[in-house]
Amino acid sequence: MLWPRLAKNLLARPLSEPPPPIDPAEVAELAARLDATARRRLGRSLAIRQVDAGSCNGCELEISATQNVVHDLERFGLRFVASPRHADVLLVTGPLTRNMRQALARTRAATPEPCFVVAVGDCAVDGGVFKGSYAVESEIEAILRPDLVVPGCPPTPTRILGGLLTLLAAQE
Amino acid sequence: MTGWRDHDLPLLAMWAEPGQAHAAFWDGAAVALARTPAPDNRFPTLSDKYPAAAWFERAIHDLWGLEAAGGADGRPWLDHGNWPILNPMSGRPVRHGAIPAQPDFLGAAGEGVHQIAVGPVHAGIIEPGHFRFHVVGETVVRLEVLLGYAHKGTLALMLGKSPRAAARFPARLSGDSTVAHSWAFALAAENAAGIVAPPRALALRAAMGELERVANHLNDWGAICNDAASPAIHARTGLLREILLRAGPAPFGHRLMMDRILPGGVAADIEAIGGLVAALDRIAAELPALERITASHVTLQDRLLGTGIVTPALATLLHAGGVVGRASGRAFDARTLLAPYDELDFAPVTREAGDVAARLELRIAELRDSLRMLRLILAGLPDGPLSTALPHGPGEGVAMVEGFRGECFCWLRLDDGGLIQGAFQRDPSWLHWPLLEAAVQGNIVADFPLINKSINASYSGVDL
Repeated sequence: MLWPRLAKNLLARPLSEPPPPIDPAEVAELAARLDATARRRLGRSLAIRQVDAGSCNGCELEISATQNVVHDLERFGLRFVASPRHADVLLVTGPLTRNMRQALARTRAATPEPCFVVAVGDCAVDGGVFKGSYAVESEIEAILRPDLVVPGCPPTPTRILGGLLTLLAAQE
Repeated sequence: MTGWRDHDLPLLAMWAEPGQAHAAFWDGAAVALARTPAPDNRFPTLSDKYPAAAWFERAIHDLWGLEAAGGADGRPWLDHGNWPILNPMSGRPVRHGAIPAQPDFLGAAGEGVHQIAVGPVHAGIIEPGHFRFHVVGETVVRLEVLLGYAHKGTLALMLGKSPRAAARFPARLSGDSTVAHSWAFALAAENAAGIVAPPRALALRAAMGELERVANHLNDWGAICNDAASPAIHARTGLLREILLRAGPAPFGHRLMMDRILPGGVAADIEAIGGLVAALDRIAAELPALERITASHVTLQDRLLGTGIVTPALATLLHAGGVVGRASGRAFDARTLLAPYDELDFAPVTREAGDVAARLELRIAELRDSLRMLRLILAGLPDGPLSTALPHGPGEGVAMVEGFRGECFCWLRLDDGGLIQGAFQRDPSWLHWPLLEAAVQGNIVADFPLINKSINASYSGVDL
């Protein structure tokens, strides 16, 4: 039965871990780069829209893991939303395949200002192992300029969460 | 070698090289390869006999520029008209600068039929793809899937490299199956070179393969329940998966065990396994309670039972393997062919119902068996070297490894210097996507995410 188990879990200690440490220097550097008015408008909560621009799905596994009970990113005011219309942050993965170029550009166009772009994974940073392929855009910045990059193949959920918390801290 | 059309063996995969088309069939005990020349860039179709061949033939046209004469479907597939060249694998690609054409979708006619277009950007944290529904009221009349959005040119990047250097591409064909595809690629390279990896490497590969299966089956279990509005189960399976992924890196050095399997052996030895065994114990201890809740929760079972049925006849027609095939009665599991499973008392599990409930039940049963085999593998790891050097020479090799979705197939041709001259990797999803299209028919739109999750086909794995 589910109910006794839910009751037991309600009384048990939380399974979530303390947040990963963030680097104050990185926060200061990011805060200096971000638009001050944008910071004031977004406050201490960020709505995130994830866009897979052709990843191998490794990054998606680890981004999803930031939502599990151990990392629980929603306790920090971070949450994933279903539409770019509701988003403050575009979380982009993948080497930006040519077949996703138009969809990514349109997603960005559908996102209201101010909008922060976070590139997650080595592919989104510079194409990763797929760099130079006929099917991949060589310049991801031709479409979007990332405000923050989280490298790794794939980055761990702790690193992704650390990146998002840095963005949140830079709002203050 | 077998003939191109003079038999009725189940079709596993089709691909090409400049000037010839290839196919792989299952002869009941092993993979049987076939090839046919393509004079004037045309070869005899297989899609009139095998419905599964249609997608392969479309991919062969887009990548290698060879046309299936009399094929069932001549529409482009992976090529959306955005690449700077046409037929990139043909050996003589031509420049392309035309404005991309709008895709044509298969239609449905009748009173009240309307279309719903979804994707390529979806509402969740998932891969890109386009779904075109034709619906009447709530009921889906037809679904067509358009993939190719994640096409990265993986096969072309593998050409001209040594198997060792190219191993990072199969490891990133589909991130959730990184172990299975790396393993299939390594075996194909070893078969082409005529060597066998040492026993310790074989055992470590199997350990990683089963860990990958446990992690993904836990994921799918939770995701299916979450889509049927049972987030409590999702929370618990997510916790167990995280415990497992954290126990994995200590012995294997990477949460998803990416780049750990290389042609010739494995990249590094396993270290302390105490934490991993404790994680397996923790999962095994919680499994019965979670299974009881899943099976007895009425509102959950109400959503799962009878939803998204893949009939055994259809699974047989498509020759689908993996979880989808076995949940519809096909007892095909590539682990029965593979060392060291012959020493682990392994037998495939099957179900007959073919609905979402059967696919979930099958995953849970497999999960339990994987935990059992993992303990056996870890307790009996043979001593010895981790890898054997790959000789540099020509050869052709084929291999099949059972990943968590189903059998991952790999074919390789090495040239005189031992470099890759031709390659094809087939994710089991090639045969699962068409079954999703069929399974959704007659269901309500609101059940689509549930059915899609229960089949869980890979986008990147098919897009290449």
